[in-house]
Amino acid sequence: MTAQFEPVIGRYMNLDLFGRPHRIYVEEAGEGVPLLCLHTAGSDGRQYRALMNDARITANHRVIAFDMPWHGKSSPPEGWHNEEYQLSSVQYTTMILTIMDALGLDKPIVMGCSIGGRIVLHLALEHPERFSAIIGLQAGAHVDPYYDLNFLHRPDVHGGEVCAAIVSGLVGPDASDRDRWETLWHYMQGGPGVFKGDLYFYKLDGDIRGRVAGIDTSLCPLFLLSGEYDYSCTPEETLAVARSIPGCEVQIMKGLGHFPMSEDPAKFLGYLLPVLERIAAAGKTPRRVVRS
Amino acid sequence: MIEMLAERVNSDAMLVKRGRFLSTTFLLEVGPTPWLVVVAEGKIASVTRGPFVMPSWTFALRAPENEWQQFWAARPLPGHHDLMALIKRRALKAEGDLHPFMANLRYFKEALVKLRAEKVAA
Repeated sequence: MTAQFEPVIGRYMNLDLFGRPHRIYVEEAGEGVPLLCLHTAGSDGRQYRALMNDARITANHRVIAFDMPWHGKSSPPEGWHNEEYQLSSVQYTTMILTIMDALGLDKPIVMGCSIGGRIVLHLALEHPERFSAIIGLQAGAHVDPYYDLNFLHRPDVHGGEVCAAIVSGLVGPDASDRDRWETLWHYMQGGPGVFKGDLYFYKLDGDIRGRVAGIDTSLCPLFLLSGEYDYSCTPEETLAVARSIPGCEVQIMKGLGHFPMSEDPAKFLGYLLPVLERIAAAGKTPRRVVRS
Repeated sequence: MIEMLAERVNSDAMLVKRGRFLSTTFLLEVGPTPWLVVVAEGKIASVTRGPFVMPSWTFALRAPENEWQQFWAARPLPGHHDLMALIKRRALKAEGDLHPFMANLRYFKEALVKLRAEKVAA
């Protein structure tokens, strides 16, 4: 069998984040409008592998995904071995804007899932002028803790096994075994305490309920897409965010779960491509749609 | 129906192997009916229907009967399809020493799904 190379190119970027040197892994594919993709808690940029391999996206978009520090092939900063990793809203925002600057991205479309879906709401509120459009996948304003997070990081529980088992039900029922277990494998590979540290942002620090209604979609269009089988960020929670923001477009994705781009890319693209077409048709005021 | 758990789990060699470091007794409460399930090195050693006078167990999973029925449907609705989804909705209470449950969460999820009705075409 002849080897088949994907059009995905990976590089390491060295830059300062939060005043400390970091080594960050960045992947990209395609040319055109930059589409910056943010992965979920406890995973990495491989979640966007299908988008980077789909010519319908890459013909007109430069798809970029970086692994957050501590995740995937990005290293934790020197000194990590005596620290507890905890992601904050401020760090997360700073990281995204700094990496955008380093890559020279001018008004990209930003698309984030889960914690990425949450932080794009922060970006929509605080930095709308930096983006041409914002897409939140599985985006809610807040998630109450519903299990003891300490089980995610203790020496007598295998972190990879428990993280994957916690999220396994968040994959929709129609996902193929290949994509379901690829998605879960990324969770199994997470470093000790990293998923838990991300959830500090998701469940505590990143609560944006009190401010989300202040998002002005006339400054940057906002699209929300959520899978119906997600019980972490439920469709109801996404719809509540959408209802509170005039001009926000929202769609609930049938049969999909919490990782649409990774668990069932073909089905997800059926929802994403029309959104990208809408964005490409620029300048039009977003129109509110109701749950399908 | 709960009695079928032993046969269905024990006939899945990979599931049993995944649970080979797991030996515990847990209480499965299906509405008013408690069941004691004994796991020995990944195999379901016994499934006993209550009521019990003085049951000893390490942890308990308690949910109303209709919640379990929906969970065990061939294609459960969103929010009814996973143990963590039931916990998130506060429909399933997990209590006691949850260490064996969480340390073997994939095992327990896959074991309890064995009671699901045969899947029909979606």
